[in-house]
Amino acid sequence: MKLPEAIRAAFVIARRDFTATVMSKTFLFFLLGPLFPLAIGFGFVGIGAQVDRNSKPPPVAVIGSPQDFERLMAARERLAPLSDTEPLELRHVAAQPDLDEQRKRLLSDNDDPVIAVLDGGLIFPHLTGAVTNKGRTARQIRLYVDEARRMAVERPVLGSPLYLTPTTSTSGLEAFARNLTARFGQTLLFVLTIMLAGMVLSQLIEEKSSKVIEVLAAAVPVNSIFLGKLFAMLATSLVGIAFWAAASASLIDLLKEGGLAALATPAVGWPAFLGLALLYFSMSYLLIGATFLGIGAQASTAREVQILSMPVTMGQLLLFGFAAVGVGAPMGAPAIAAAIFPLSSPFAMIARAAEQPALWPHLVAVVWQALWVALILKVAAAIFRRSVLKSGKSSSRWWRRKRV
Amino acid sequence: MGERPIAAEARDLVKDFDGKRAVDGVSLSVPEGSITGILGPNGAGKTTCLRMMLGIIDPSSGTRTILGHDRPLEIAHQVGYLPEERGLYPAMPAVEAIAFMGALRGLPLREGRRRAMELLKSRGHEDWAKRPIRTLSKGMAQTVQLFGTIIHNPRLIVLDEPFAGLDAINQQKLEQLIRDQAAAGVTIIFSTHVIAHAERLCERIAIIAEGRAVFEGEVDEARGRLRPIVHLRTRAEDGSWRAALPPSAKLVGGEWQFELPASGPEPLLKALIEGGAGIETLSIERPGLHDAFIAIAGEAAAREMGHVPAVEEAA
Repeated sequence: MKLPEAIRAAFVIARRDFTATVMSKTFLFFLLGPLFPLAIGFGFVGIGAQVDRNSKPPPVAVIGSPQDFERLMAARERLAPLSDTEPLELRHVAAQPDLDEQRKRLLSDNDDPVIAVLDGGLIFPHLTGAVTNKGRTARQIRLYVDEARRMAVERPVLGSPLYLTPTTSTSGLEAFARNLTARFGQTLLFVLTIMLAGMVLSQLIEEKSSKVIEVLAAAVPVNSIFLGKLFAMLATSLVGIAFWAAASASLIDLLKEGGLAALATPAVGWPAFLGLALLYFSMSYLLIGATFLGIGAQASTAREVQILSMPVTMGQLLLFGFAAVGVGAPMGAPAIAAAIFPLSSPFAMIARAAEQPALWPHLVAVVWQALWVALILKVAAAIFRRSVLKSGKSSSRWWRRKRV
Repeated sequence: MGERPIAAEARDLVKDFDGKRAVDGVSLSVPEGSITGILGPNGAGKTTCLRMMLGIIDPSSGTRTILGHDRPLEIAHQVGYLPEERGLYPAMPAVEAIAFMGALRGLPLREGRRRAMELLKSRGHEDWAKRPIRTLSKGMAQTVQLFGTIIHNPRLIVLDEPFAGLDAINQQKLEQLIRDQAAAGVTIIFSTHVIAHAERLCERIAIIAEGRAVFEGEVDEARGRLRPIVHLRTRAEDGSWRAALPPSAKLVGGEWQFELPASGPEPLLKALIEGGAGIETLSIERPGLHDAFIAIAGEAAAREMGHVPAVEEAA
């Protein structure tokens, strides 16, 4: 069969499979499925933030003059950047005649609870409460008092404050940041591939169980059947990715601030990187999908597919690990080996896109990967023809007849 | 067969499965516009032969040509195939299933839908059009698949056990459809283990037994291999007339059955009358395909096909 005819036949099969998948009710679950963990994740983040807010220690009540309190607050402000932990909350309380009584009342007030009471000003500071000498509250209060005392006696030093000349990057920081981008791209590619390429494993089960395979195989080459199925699943996956990207407000948040925006610009630039990411996802999907299709085609039932899934998933993890070794040293032997080995090549190359600006290696890689897709499909189709199509009913019937 | 060009031809087709020979040197040629039946018991190798001829599987050795192409898939758009194991997507509406089968063989989907609706309407089945295959009965689904087999107006139609699973009415409809297609110049090959269908429809048959084509030719040629059968009832139980009967004559239910002697009916009649047989009834029956099949393929093959020999009782 000539190539255009084979592609036309593949398109007919791809269109049928794509329509049958996308128009099915189960596709909705497929689309919504990945959003559940995302929603749950964000739910936990929200709950966590609430818990975090609720779990902040109550303030320390400071009994004393407003001046002393201001000094303590200034010291607190000054010392805050030195620690990653949240600084203690301080609350000013005007002194009352009976200090002991006031302390007791403050420490037992359930409506406006405090963790401790500081009195005695900056000269004779006295902390009362459920605290220990080496505990966080006592240590911070001690620092605040020391700093407030120092600020009170020191004269301002003449001279200019620290001037900053921010540069866009330094080589060290850039390499480190691009390394992160490379890992992010690689991980995203891997997660999407492992999540979606597994679907291909169960392809042909429908045809085999409903005997449609005989109709297909009599009309079009097995290569076209495989190609059609693969492209249908790729198109389905891209629909899913587009849906998730559009539907996921969290992802948009990720893009806006923090998240992706915090990632360093890839060496090839964001537009090229995103284009390459899509291309490499497709190539990775086609490569791994073609392999899965060949393996999955040997299965006759969903149970057999499940049995095959485990080693296949482990294999994917190995590929990812292989490609991940090269991140950070794109010219190193592991990175080049991972880029050459066809099944890990897309993962290795997306990392390279983050770390190296040259675009021509990507052209070479895509052609190389496409060649392997064709080769794997051809081998898978040949195995399928040999092991499945010819060992059908005819064979078993012949066997039965001979026994009789 | 005349000088008609050959639509499909197999030469010494051999197929081995895991070291076992399923088809052993089958040769056959199918003239254009003919209806050819492949006869044989289950497991004889009929389906394997058809699958090889269609290019679904490759032969271990031998060659096949379909509409002048030795790579059958290259000419798939001019071939229709109804496999023995019927296969349709259960969720697909009937009209889409028919159009899809046409699309596989190069018919544009839109045109396929139009023709599918036409076909369904012409048979009074337009209410099936939107129904998913899983809601149709087995017979209905089989009809849908048959429509899918002819939707692209193929020049060659291959039907593997097309009558299996159909009731008598639908078998009759299918026979008519096959005749209609043949009348339109389409070449039909179908396999069956029911000789009656082949006898009613075919002008040519190939008999396959144990992977070998033991006969290939016109139905009349197969019948011609047997002499006509004489059925004789006499009043006299014995007498000199018995000498006129060949030694192979058998008495079945009070009736003598034997092959007509080579000398023909007249000397036989004369001998019977002169020998005082007292002829009650005498008929000379041309052998049917069934008898020819038994003679060619053997009684064992006939039994596997559910046909027992007609002459059971020895005289």
